[in-house]
Amino acid sequence: MSDFLQTVVTFRFEIAAVILFGIGFMNLLLQKNLIRKIISFNIMDSSIFLFLASQGFIDGRVAPIIVNGVTDASNYINPIPTGLVLTGIVVSVSVSAFFLALVHRLYKKYGTVEFDEIIMLAKKEAE
Amino acid sequence: MGTNKQRSRFIDWVNGDTPEKIHEYSYVKKTIPSHTEQAHEEVITPKKARLFDIGYRITAVAVCLVVVSVLLYTVFNLPLFGSPNNPASNEVVERYVEKGLEETGAVNAVAGMILDYRAFDTFGESSVLFIAVGCVMMLLLRDKNNISAEEDALAEKERIIEKEVKDPILQKIVLVVTPCIFMFGIYVVLNGHLSPGGGFSGGAIMGAGLILFAASFGTNSVQRIFNMKTFRGITTIALMCYALSKAYSFFTGANGLETGIPLGIPGAILSSGLILVLDICVGLIVACTMYGFYSLFVRGEI
Repeated sequence: MSDFLQTVVTFRFEIAAVILFGIGFMNLLLQKNLIRKIISFNIMDSSIFLFLASQGFIDGRVAPIIVNGVTDASNYINPIPTGLVLTGIVVSVSVSAFFLALVHRLYKKYGTVEFDEIIMLAKKEAE
Repeated sequence: MGTNKQRSRFIDWVNGDTPEKIHEYSYVKKTIPSHTEQAHEEVITPKKARLFDIGYRITAVAVCLVVVSVLLYTVFNLPLFGSPNNPASNEVVERYVEKGLEETGAVNAVAGMILDYRAFDTFGESSVLFIAVGCVMMLLLRDKNNISAEEDALAEKERIIEKEVKDPILQKIVLVVTPCIFMFGIYVVLNGHLSPGGGFSGGAIMGAGLILFAASFGTNSVQRIFNMKTFRGITTIALMCYALSKAYSFFTGANGLETGIPLGIPGAILSSGLILVLDICVGLIVACTMYGFYSLFVRGEI
């Protein structure tokens, strides 16, 4: 039991990331409100960033900013996941803005952001 | 007499007979959807649809639980968290950290990585932001085809409110705070190769400063210095500058030529070759993009 707890504590960031991912995914599927769907999408994005950042961390090392000319790699954490997170953030911002603009147009046309109502109204319109 | 009037107004308010205008300076846009009645009338859902809904919910929860449990199982089999020997920190990382200072001249290894070794990736990111603004603009920009007379009247009303209503406390504070935000943003951009930060974070800070200014003084006052024309100019010139300077360094690098750009003394502001230029380009694009999103969502114009 204490072994298991030890593992949980060691992997706390990854586990938190997975749980956040689950929360976001479930809300993405279950929420009917499109704005809430976008928010849950953003929660999923954040969980991925947390996971990536935790993968780059190494115990007892500092951020990869070279001080006093020490260029030995065993002093610094892994800089690559940081760069990947940066890419992820940019894409997440762009996609969220695009989604929100689409929802804005849907609201203008149908007067609601509820997914079910939009589907119903669109079906009625098609008839 | 006055108290009497007030009291009657209070009683009216308690009874729910609010006067038409409660807040003179702000208004809540009452959107009456064109299909309200159909949308909110009692819809008798057929049994089939209801069953489908319940089935969908159960499946969704089940799928989520399966995904989360698979991921949790994977997490427990990952290489140990924080261990220096895990496969993610391989020879690539060593190379970036150990040779980065020598080859790129950037003290900040992350900046050296994303703007020198992997600059093409960052160019893609800037393009993604540019394309995102383009898409939002296509969807939300107000033009003849995209606006009804009603909305036009509303926008006009908004403009009048914006011109007449002045909030002295907010505006005075913003006048003090905005230059500080801009200075901090420029500092973060220019020190991208020396300290944490860089084009993206600094650009986001500058964009936030612009948004704050626009939110307190109105978009019209920002339009005097920052309008569609300047937006287009800044973003395209910054992207072109990025593309050209990186194309130059790729060309010379691939052919083994001397770039002719001095790397400078590590730690100085004017060092690390093209990274400073690229940081400034990225910062400008990000600042413009952030403000562009805000302005397009609020007004449908930049």
